[in-house]
Amino acid sequence: MNGLIAAIQTLLFVALAPLLAGWLKVCKCRLQNRKAPPLLQPYRDLIKLTHKQPVVAGQASWIFTKAPYIIFSATMLAASVVPLFAVDLPTSASADVIVMVGFFAFARFFLALAGLDIGTAFGGMGSSREMTISSLAEPAMLMAVFTLAMTASTTNLSIAITHVLNEGLVLRPSFLFALFALILVAVAETGRIPIDNPATHLELTMIHEAMILEYSGRHLALIEWASQLKLMIYGVLIANIFLPWGIAENFSVEALGYGLLAILAKLAVLAVLLALSETLVAKMRLFRVQEYLSFAYLLGLLGMLSHIILEASR
Amino acid sequence: MNIELQDIYTQAILSMAALVGLTSFLMLGQSRLLRLIFVFAFQGLLLTMTTMVAAYSTDNQHLYISAVLTLALKVVFIPWMLRREVLKMNLHRDIQALSNQTTLMLGGASLMVFSYYVLHPIVQTTSPVMLNALAVSLSVVLLGMLLMISHRQAIAHVVGFMSIENGLFFAAIVATNGMPMVVELGVAFDVLVAAVLFGIFFFHIRTSIDSLDVDLLNRLHEVDEQGARHDKNRSAVINPHTADYEVNR
Repeated sequence: MNGLIAAIQTLLFVALAPLLAGWLKVCKCRLQNRKAPPLLQPYRDLIKLTHKQPVVAGQASWIFTKAPYIIFSATMLAASVVPLFAVDLPTSASADVIVMVGFFAFARFFLALAGLDIGTAFGGMGSSREMTISSLAEPAMLMAVFTLAMTASTTNLSIAITHVLNEGLVLRPSFLFALFALILVAVAETGRIPIDNPATHLELTMIHEAMILEYSGRHLALIEWASQLKLMIYGVLIANIFLPWGIAENFSVEALGYGLLAILAKLAVLAVLLALSETLVAKMRLFRVQEYLSFAYLLGLLGMLSHIILEASR
Repeated sequence: MNIELQDIYTQAILSMAALVGLTSFLMLGQSRLLRLIFVFAFQGLLLTMTTMVAAYSTDNQHLYISAVLTLALKVVFIPWMLRREVLKMNLHRDIQALSNQTTLMLGGASLMVFSYYVLHPIVQTTSPVMLNALAVSLSVVLLGMLLMISHRQAIAHVVGFMSIENGLFFAAIVATNGMPMVVELGVAFDVLVAAVLFGIFFFHIRTSIDSLDVDLLNRLHEVDEQGARHDKNRSAVINPHTADYEVNR
């Protein structure tokens, strides 16, 4: 039974990710006074791409054709670690947050390899930029997550969320810092606006798009889907760690339905906030990204510091 | 002394303290003057909220008055005045190159660690709330000083100075549940007078070197030596207007 719910949860993650991307696009278009595409447009795009024949360059090695599958499945595994609408599931109990970061690193490694594999200038440039950014973003992310881990005395997401839930409303300075740090890292890692613009193929600024420029057909669909999934994972992480109220603690139908509604509402609000910040903030120069990420690291550091000094029992 | 055991007001004050510290860091990293002033106003707003919470939780009526004073002075009047000055000087499009921002940020973080380290012995005798409040306010003071050192515009210096005052005010609110009313009124009016005085200073700096970038004051060094022949008591930095005037003759 628990295993079934865990599988359903992961499948829901995968199924809802394009919806989140569509909702984000709708919000953004409304804010910019444009006519929005329909909410289900990302699904249509994915279906259209899967029907098309993928075109692969002659020099491409097996890495190029296998990478989309590896990236998608690694991201899906990362999604199975994160509690979406219920805690205490077997998948999230067997792996902790460090494993999740590991899955992301694994997917990114293959994405960068695929970018390099084809040998175009853009692919190499995109890969090198992606690796630069991720090497700076990962410590900041781990710092923010460790702040939570130290509060709950575990790195397991499910147990940590239960801990936060059982404690009731406690205003922790360290959580504020960790929240800001995690938001900054999430924006950087999912390639949203101050760091990377997912909507353009402007050659000088693109990072993620530069790596996947050579992909087409179902390969492209899988990579697009994986990046939508990654955005959703970060959204769920932020929503469920810092505002876990509503998540199902037992497996009754009402609790599960309530948990699902709660997380959907939270994600919808988060997407509106993200769209707002993407509309208000201009894209950052590439060489200023390290300042941005070192600020995120600083916030994570301050969070941990204020946890150790203020909140830990002596 | 776990934080979960404290009541909700204490937790709110602690979180507010963390946010005040955060705004100090934000100010340190700002390169645009208008945004710097905005963050400063936000810090003032956080101070006002802290004062309100402290007033409500300790049932101190006169803290409400000081909250209103903070709101009027630090959130409205001083930012408005500085903003007007920036717009008048046409500085709002200037981007100040902070040459070593990452170093600056890490320096700020180590200052914060340092202030926790210095104040750690106090925790034996007082509550952790006090420790936190004092440590945050000490680091706000130190970060204000760092802001004054690292920025070149005179307006940024004033913001740094005012945020030092914010740090002291925060310590006073949280650690002592508010100073006597007379002291608070005195401090508030001192800040007001300081703001007006800074306005006059801006005017003088601007009329003498046509800018508020204090790095340009170094250039007056040679002028100073020539000017000093006429009047040894007057330094060019304090009153460059006179020196400049005499040389031009």
